[in-house]
Amino acid sequence: MKFIKQTGLVLFLLGLFIFIATIFTGSFSLTQSELDTYISEKGYKSELIKEELSKAIVTSENLNIFQFSSKVRGAFDKSNNHYDALIAKYDAEKNWDKKGAQFQYKIYGKPHSLSFELAKKAGKGFAPENTGLAWFLTFGLGILGALLFIIPDVVLLGKPGIKNDGIFLNAATNRGWIGWFAFVFLVTFYILLYFMPDLIVNWVYLVDPISKSISGNAASQWFLYGFLYCVVMTVMAVRMYIKYRHNKYQILRTTSVLFFQIVFAFLIPEILVRFEKPWYDFKNAFPLDYDFFFKWNLDELLSSGGFGLFILVWGVVLTIVVVPVMVYFFGKRWYCSWVCGCGGLAETLGDPYRQNSSKTLLSWRVERIVIHSVLVFVLVMTGFALYTFFSGADQVIGIKTQTIQDIYGFLIGAVFAGVIGTGFYPIFGNRVWCRFGCPLAAYLGFIQRFKSRFRITTNGGQCISCGNCSTYCEQGIDVRAYAQKGENIVRSSCVGCGVCSAVCPRGVLKLENGPEEGRINPTDVLLGNDVDLMELVNNK
Amino acid sequence: MEHIVIIGNGISGVTAARHIRKLSDKKITIISAETEFFFSRTALMYVYMGHMKFEHTQPYENWFWEKNNINLKKGFVSSINSEEKNVVFSDNTKLSYDKLIIATGSKPNKFGWPGQDLDGVMGMYHKQDLENLEKYAPDNKTCKRAVIVGGGLIGIELAEMLRSRKIPVTFLVRETSFWNGVLPAQESELINNHIKEHHIDLRLSTNLKEIKADENGRVKSVIIEETGEEIACDVVGLTAGVTPNIDFIKNSGIELGRGVKVNRFLETNTKDVYAIGDCAEQHDAIGQRRNIEAVWYTGRMMGETLAQTICGNKTEYKPGHWFNSAKFLDIEYQTYGWVFSERSKKENEAYFQWQHPKDNKCITISFDKNTNTFLGINTFGIRMRHEIFDKWLTEKRSIEHVLEYLSDANFDPEFYKLHEAEIVAKFNKENNATIQLKKKSWKRIFSKS
Repeated sequence: MKFIKQTGLVLFLLGLFIFIATIFTGSFSLTQSELDTYISEKGYKSELIKEELSKAIVTSENLNIFQFSSKVRGAFDKSNNHYDALIAKYDAEKNWDKKGAQFQYKIYGKPHSLSFELAKKAGKGFAPENTGLAWFLTFGLGILGALLFIIPDVVLLGKPGIKNDGIFLNAATNRGWIGWFAFVFLVTFYILLYFMPDLIVNWVYLVDPISKSISGNAASQWFLYGFLYCVVMTVMAVRMYIKYRHNKYQILRTTSVLFFQIVFAFLIPEILVRFEKPWYDFKNAFPLDYDFFFKWNLDELLSSGGFGLFILVWGVVLTIVVVPVMVYFFGKRWYCSWVCGCGGLAETLGDPYRQNSSKTLLSWRVERIVIHSVLVFVLVMTGFALYTFFSGADQVIGIKTQTIQDIYGFLIGAVFAGVIGTGFYPIFGNRVWCRFGCPLAAYLGFIQRFKSRFRITTNGGQCISCGNCSTYCEQGIDVRAYAQKGENIVRSSCVGCGVCSAVCPRGVLKLENGPEEGRINPTDVLLGNDVDLMELVNNK
Repeated sequence: MEHIVIIGNGISGVTAARHIRKLSDKKITIISAETEFFFSRTALMYVYMGHMKFEHTQPYENWFWEKNNINLKKGFVSSINSEEKNVVFSDNTKLSYDKLIIATGSKPNKFGWPGQDLDGVMGMYHKQDLENLEKYAPDNKTCKRAVIVGGGLIGIELAEMLRSRKIPVTFLVRETSFWNGVLPAQESELINNHIKEHHIDLRLSTNLKEIKADENGRVKSVIIEETGEEIACDVVGLTAGVTPNIDFIKNSGIELGRGVKVNRFLETNTKDVYAIGDCAEQHDAIGQRRNIEAVWYTGRMMGETLAQTICGNKTEYKPGHWFNSAKFLDIEYQTYGWVFSERSKKENEAYFQWQHPKDNKCITISFDKNTNTFLGINTFGIRMRHEIFDKWLTEKRSIEHVLEYLSDANFDPEFYKLHEAEIVAKFNKENNATIQLKKKSWKRIFSKS
């Protein structure tokens, strides 16, 4: 068994190594006619870009992706700089007509995204040409290796039960060097994905056939991300099934998040695209889905006929009716740890890191300030977006709607939710995004705290203050602080993962939905101590 | 301002300090020789097993004490001078008090075994024991085998700890079956089997004769009393119960028995000196409880109660119905009310028992066979609701009532397989009864008795 496990680890690392090495393979160039077609498709009017791009990438040289990216970006820069210089010149000459005429030649868009589009057409070599083999050596070996590493635990972990032995003695899970390595890898991955997609174009080639078979289109970096997300969640769900095989709540919950990720977040949107409908994830509720009310999205939905309208109505109903009603009956867990994709990744890939979340009072204070600021931010931004949509004005009180949307997309959508939210798992615990950033979690939290039937019941006086519950709370709730006082845990941030209840050695905690009355139960004296309570209270 | 000095920073002393602070602005000093800050002793095992770091065992952050104006003093009290009202530290410095709370807890029993003080022999009680264990048993190369002497709750926890690092363990238990002075045979047998499932070499009806040393004064082996067998080992864990940690009080004029003698108000025979927690000994037992109860929650309750008294609301210590819990390797155990083992149950007490055919789950309900009054329940592998059983015990319900409403009492996580129907069916069959199991009702669960 140990041998199988070690073989799995070797295969996984080999797959990971080839995966990373794949970035550096292949050569990138276009023929002149391919380039001409591309430029006319894009409708670029710049005279310069054609010339510059020809010089840069119509070549028999073997450009790797880094050289290719830098040349393409250089070409776009040159073209844009040229016209910027003309604009400045005519501006100085006060030649407004000529100045105005220059803007049409400028090319907008993020340089790395422009480069990605070209790179996707220009690749030759390992990934684009031997896609099947390359897929097997990367994804295939990774999946196989990971499963071989995980499955022997059925035997190696021994009898079913809580198996947390050695978690704080292992460099992978105690913020040791393996954890930091994972941190660097994840952060780098997200930076590349969000900001330099052209550099990972070889990875995107690997999933082209899968994308074509589902949506009919070639893959984008977002398809790669979606596919990888599903793969990682599935493999790590197997780990959850083994680790918590004695605990039906965990098994069902894991199955549920996996189902919603694969079917709702991945398959249905891609299939919608195949039928020329808007890409839409039916479970992704505003304000987590922060661009739902952006003008471009509303325009797209409204121009997609009855189906677009249905999505629009569903999106609104989901946020203002379905979400609060469900939170009333079941707590926010129904969304955060049974349905949500972010939660799904946190509960599968992130599960080995849950103990690293900070439980200090300071971190709770920071959490409340930050998460509610994000909620305010998203609401203000949406106000701007709706004003823009209805009035047509592109700015409100002198601030451009587009600017606010861009800032949110960069700071919150990419940096917070992606780079920090997931990249920091090994250091700050899983659920970094859910705890500190997610505006939907903040909204659900208000309902859970003030109007819900959900609570974690504390079982009388059984708590021995051991602290397993607090240690393993991914949301950094000091569960023990409540349990040792005999108080039920009613906290806006609780996502109801159920692990505190699972790790409790004394059967003290139970997640349940019951009557609102008596849900919050501050206790002066714990059950078991038969002092006369009325007398005690009257004497106060 | 009145100065309250508390010796011992365990659950009893700290609870007393916290509640005194809630109720008053008296000056409070907590003295400890063990650690600077309060930690949860019950969690020490999880530190060795790697489930937690030591800091996780501390229920309050380090700033808590200063913020609440509770002074912490590290030091070892060597005597109490109740005439001058001060305590004397091992370095001969003194600290005067207006009221003194002794909350020094327990220490592991040693029964005069030859070799019991050798290097590599340890209890599992203090933080220092944990440090010792890390030193002598960091892995299964340094410690090729450990022998544990004493089959109680700490013994099985120590066995679990050592097994988490794959160290072979021989477990010497004096009784014919694990903890059968407390547990009914069905449950004791279940745990025996479970111990063996975890590859622990369980030796029942086995006593320690002596511990042998190597040339460096370190443990080399143990000799078994009954057979004379010598078992080579590098660590010996002594877990044969605990006694009050009160040696330093001798000659202070404070009345001692096995522990510090206290009345129902937790007062000693000496004015302004109180004792709480594991080290306190009631003159007369409370109900069927023992005079000394080394249990986490009784320590906490004594702290809560004494804080009331010290702050002017003189309150009697009245622990309610007995309850407790433990975890034997993977099997959780809870008990509410009194279930005595076959060895010690009284003539009028009868059992109703149920055991799962495959899983490690079973229950024993104890009832009065003359009146059918419910007396207590042991559950293994099934969690039960404390409030509900407390209410039923207060209301002196019958066993039939308990079984009829058993669904209200289940506390297992959602979606777990429930066994109430099987349990009730078995009772009906055995007793020609016709109890109909009622569906769980929130209304009943939350109704106050």
